[in-house]
Amino acid sequence: MVPKKQEAMNSSKEAIIAAIKKNKPDLLPLPEHPEFPYGDNLIEQFQASIKLNGGAARTGEGKMAIQSYLKENFTPDNQVLSLVEGITGNFDIKNVQDPHELEHIEVAVLEGDWGVVENAAIWLPEEKIVHRALPFIAQHLIVLLKIDRLLGNMHEVYQKINVAGPGYGVFVAGPSKTADIEQSLIIGAHGPRSMVVFLME
Amino acid sequence: MKVGLFIPCYVELFYPQVAIASLELLESAGVDVDYPLKQTCCGQPMANSGYQNYGEGSAALFRKNFSEFDYVVCPSGSCTLHAKDHIYSGEENEPKIYELCEFLTDVLKIKELKADFPFKVGIHASCHGLRGLHLAKPSELMGADFNKPKQLLEMVKGIELIELTRKDECCGFGGTFAVLEEAVSVGMGKDRIKDHEEHGVQVITGADMSCLMHLEGIIRRDKSSVKVMHIAEILNARVPKTQNQ
Amino acid sequence: MKATPTHAAAAEEFLKDEERSHWHDDTLWHVRSKRDVAAQKIPEWEQLRTNASQVKDHVLSNMDKLLLQFEKNATENGIEVLWAKDAEEHNQHILRILEEYQVKNLVKSKSILTEECGLNHFLEDKGYDVVDTDLGERIIQFNKQVPSHIVMPAIHLKKKEIGDIFHKHLGTDEGADDPAYLTEAARQHLRQKFIQARVAITGVNFGIAETGGFVVCTNEGNADMGTHLADVHIACMGIEKLVPRAADLGVFLRLLARSATGQSITNYTSHFHRPREGKKLYLILVDNGRTDQLGREDFRNSLKCIRCGACMNTCPIYRRSSGFSYNSTVPGPIGSILSPGMDLKKHSTLPFASTLCGSCTDVCPVKINIHEQLYKWRQVITKEGPSQPSKKWAMRFGGNVMSKPKLFDLMGNLARKSLSISPRGFVYNSFNAWGKHRELPEVPKESFKEWYRKNRKQ
Repeated sequence: MVPKKQEAMNSSKEAIIAAIKKNKPDLLPLPEHPEFPYGDNLIEQFQASIKLNGGAARTGEGKMAIQSYLKENFTPDNQVLSLVEGITGNFDIKNVQDPHELEHIEVAVLEGDWGVVENAAIWLPEEKIVHRALPFIAQHLIVLLKIDRLLGNMHEVYQKINVAGPGYGVFVAGPSKTADIEQSLIIGAHGPRSMVVFLME
Repeated sequence: MKVGLFIPCYVELFYPQVAIASLELLESAGVDVDYPLKQTCCGQPMANSGYQNYGEGSAALFRKNFSEFDYVVCPSGSCTLHAKDHIYSGEENEPKIYELCEFLTDVLKIKELKADFPFKVGIHASCHGLRGLHLAKPSELMGADFNKPKQLLEMVKGIELIELTRKDECCGFGGTFAVLEEAVSVGMGKDRIKDHEEHGVQVITGADMSCLMHLEGIIRRDKSSVKVMHIAEILNARVPKTQNQ
Repeated sequence: MKATPTHAAAAEEFLKDEERSHWHDDTLWHVRSKRDVAAQKIPEWEQLRTNASQVKDHVLSNMDKLLLQFEKNATENGIEVLWAKDAEEHNQHILRILEEYQVKNLVKSKSILTEECGLNHFLEDKGYDVVDTDLGERIIQFNKQVPSHIVMPAIHLKKKEIGDIFHKHLGTDEGADDPAYLTEAARQHLRQKFIQARVAITGVNFGIAETGGFVVCTNEGNADMGTHLADVHIACMGIEKLVPRAADLGVFLRLLARSATGQSITNYTSHFHRPREGKKLYLILVDNGRTDQLGREDFRNSLKCIRCGACMNTCPIYRRSSGFSYNSTVPGPIGSILSPGMDLKKHSTLPFASTLCGSCTDVCPVKINIHEQLYKWRQVITKEGPSQPSKKWAMRFGGNVMSKPKLFDLMGNLARKSLSISPRGFVYNSFNAWGKHRELPEVPKESFKEWYRKNRKQ
């Protein structure tokens, strides 16, 4: 016996599908995915894009630069969580059962999968962040991105990634922001207040 | 080629100098142009108010008046667009209808004018001509720049064309909109005039007398010093004066 | 039940405060300008628009199959898909879920669909605490208003007014209006809400039929802060918000933010395919009049809308009269072609709130022929909407005169003669709407036909 809720809803689904079949226009073709080639000064483009988004991208440095950055900008009281091999923080994600435990993370160091230079969007699939809340709940974000993972535009990145692979993935293009108060752009809305990208070989 | 001149109803009644200038422009370009006296209106006021069927009488009369011509030329972007969309169906035996500026640039391919007009002129880019007839590239579309009214005005000696802050914002006339949404209509008109005035424009011109009639109405009520003239008058080298001097 | 004010009446009211109207107009024009700058950087901009338009044209023509494909794939991903034929059913689904989880407070990120369904009022009446977490939406929630713009909900408020609102509701300093200070206060306040919430509601920007996942775009990170900490994520989606393939997002994501605010992309573009381990993810597919609109040949293209708001930013009427003049969940040009389909009587004045300038059509990333649909709605409304006998009579009379050359010439003569002899007070009376702030044209000494007969006709 189908529960009443399910029955009612099945009839809604049926009604909607039937209405669509009755009302839709004749089939129109689906166009091909377009391709638009991109220029080759990828690093400069990425830096320009992320700057426009309120973030920053550094280049020509190694992982030690990130470690120094952490030392210069954060104190031992701050919770520093690094998911990047070779960068040490002081917070162990292995023990985290519940993302609420990440509430006081001051800075998270992550590695991006791909970076798109037209808009500084960095793809972070779930496996690269472990807990989905991490890139949002941290007060500051540092992202390491290999230079050979830079792509020109969104068409290119969707050819590379399988969005349905991870249960969750996000393009992050800078620190969180809002312009909801009289169009004044404020960096640091609900997500991180800053984002620095280290582009490395 | 035989050209029939179509004059918008309110121009025939209140701005005959625009019709005269349009006629003279075509005649001086050597065009065999005639003006069927039995014409009235294109029917747009009724159609845009939601009563397209009440505009059908005008449409039928229009077709009848111009059936023997190769071209119909009209000094109004909005009437021309309305005729293209609702009077004609694009068939072989129909005359080709053109707004005046595009007829000069695209069919007659005018390269020079004898006009002399040493004044600071601002172009009001009337919307139907701009976006409907593609008289120029609208600011919101991406692509190669072009501007047929401007192209013609640049042939006028002594003219100084002034850049505006908002180069193609609507003036707020919109037909019956002008009276049914009077507050917004006047607000939009005042802002357009201010843009021209702030940039030192002495004469506002455009290809549609309806927009200019609305702007002139505000200008005269507010006793501003800026003048309006239809582009045909400038291309035909008239000096700015108050209406009907 | 009070009749909905006409757009003209509401606009006139808004315009009484000239300074505010100018400020509102300048603010929105600025956003339009930022859009232009962003689009100019993309040489293939117009090609992207064409591609997006064609993808959405296909979606409309294949919606049943795509929805079923979407549902099948989403279900396989572990998402529970629910169907709602109307707003009431959508709201009831959510209520049931809240009852099941025994939750009384929830967070919600921006979803115009939930506005359309009146979700907040529905839940608040039943004692639920719904916290809108988008900063603009939280502001208007405190202020007991609806959004005036679909992307920038509080664009009608000045920072001083927001300062007063926050002083009242968040205890910020009296008179403080620095946006950074106010945003920080909202950050602290809403962070607590995120931490505590067990249910998070989001909208859906794009549902991907091919993969059974969906995309949510934000700048603030509020959708993610809510969903990644909650036990239950409810995503609300209009049935038309599909794209067939993941790679189609390449086109849409390049167009969306640039059209909306001039940004190259929203800060966060979150792709949801499976619920978090041990947590629940619902997706509610909502019709609420969309299948009806799909059946309207002249108006179905309005369903291509991706809710960017570019048409509002460019519309000279919207900018000067604000979203409130439309009394419609989605205001502006797109609202004026969507809403009459849902309630013709209530929204009958909206298609007339336009000069048909066509700028909206040009900025629409999916090439909806908005201004043409506005014209077509006018034809429908004069036949099926509330009757306006005097307007109809005037148009019929006008049409009659215009179809008879001799009558036209006679009436024209009469008009010119009477105007030229009538005293000013007679002409510029309270019935003369044109004459309120404008002079009528001066009467020439002869009409063009009179001149032509004298000077040209042999």
